Amino acid sequence: MVSVVLPELGEGIKKAVVACWHCKIGDKVSAEDDIVEVVTDKATFNVPAGTSGIIQKIVVSEGREANIGDCLAIIEG
Amino acid sequence: MSYCHFKDLGIIDYQEAYLIQKRHVEDVLKGEPQTILLCEHSTVLTMGRMARKDHILVSEDKILRQGIQIHWIDRGGDITLHSPGQLVIYPILNLNFSRRDLHDYLRKLEEVAIDLLKRFGIVANRFSPASSEAAKTGVWMGEKKIVSMGIGVRRWVTFHGLAINVNTDLKLFQWIKPCGLDVEMTSMAAIKGREVNLDDVKKTVKKSFEQVFGLEF
Repeated sequence: MVSVVLPELGEGIKKAVVACWHCKIGDKVSAEDDIVEVVTDKATFNVPAGTSGIIQKIVVSEGREANIGDCLAIIEG
Repeated sequence: MSYCHFKDLGIIDYQEAYLIQKRHVEDVLKGEPQTILLCEHSTVLTMGRMARKDHILVSEDKILRQGIQIHWIDRGGDITLHSPGQLVIYPILNLNFSRRDLHDYLRKLEEVAIDLLKRFGIVANRFSPASSEAAKTGVWMGEKKIVSMGIGVRRWVTFHGLAINVNTDLKLFQWIKPCGLDVEMTSMAAIKGREVNLDDVKKTVKKSFEQVFGLEF
C-alpha cells in the first residue's frame, strides 16, 4: 500500500484545501493520473497518484484542509 | 532561455479558450514548447474554487437574461468578470524548467503586469496598503485593483492566468464582489483618461514575459 501525500507546493505554503476528487474508492489509477485537486487561495494544484493501483481509501474529504506531507489517499498496488 | 510560443486568440468564447488551454497543457507535458495565449472574452462571470454564489450581487436571472454565462471553473481565487477591452493572458508554462513554487509563480505574474503597466507610464503595486492578507494577490493602483489573477497547475504546467483591465467597462464590476473583496476596480483607460490601444498592450506582453521569466519567443 502506498500513501499519496500532499506535496511541497512552494516556500511558505503549509496547507491546502481539497477542492475535488477525480476518483473514488475502487477506481484503478495510473501513476500519472491526477487523482485530486487542492487549492491554496489563488492556485489550484492537481496531485498525481504517483503509483499505479486501486484507490483503497480517501483520507481527506472535499472541503477539508490538509498540511503539506499529510496522507490524502491510500493506493493498493 | 526557455523557448515559448505566443498566440493571440482574439475575441473568443470562454469555454473554447479553456479547451485550447487544456490542449496546450497536454502538449507541454509531452515536451512541446510552452505557450502564452492572449485573448478577450465577451462578458462572462467565472467562479474560481474559492467563489461563493453571494458574490454575484445582482440576480442570476438578470445576468442570464443578458446572455452572460457563469462558469464554475478549476482555478484558484474567487469570482471575476471578463469583458471586451480586458486583456486576458493564459500562460501555459512548465515550472519544472524554473521553480516549482505556486506563490513564486504568482509573484512573477504580478511582476509581468507591473512591468507592462510601467511601460505605459502607470506605476502599480503588488498590493494595496489597506488590503487584507487574502487580498494581496493581484496588482493595484492604490486601493483600486487593475489586474486579477487565478491559476491552475497540472504536473507543474500552468493554466488560467491574469486579466488586465485595459479599456474594460468598469460599471460591469458592480454586478459582483470582485475576488470576493469590497474593492473598486480600475483600468488603464481610467488612469490615462483615454482609451488605450489594445494591440500596443499585446505587443508589450511579450517584452514583459521576456523580462520576468527569461522566455525567448
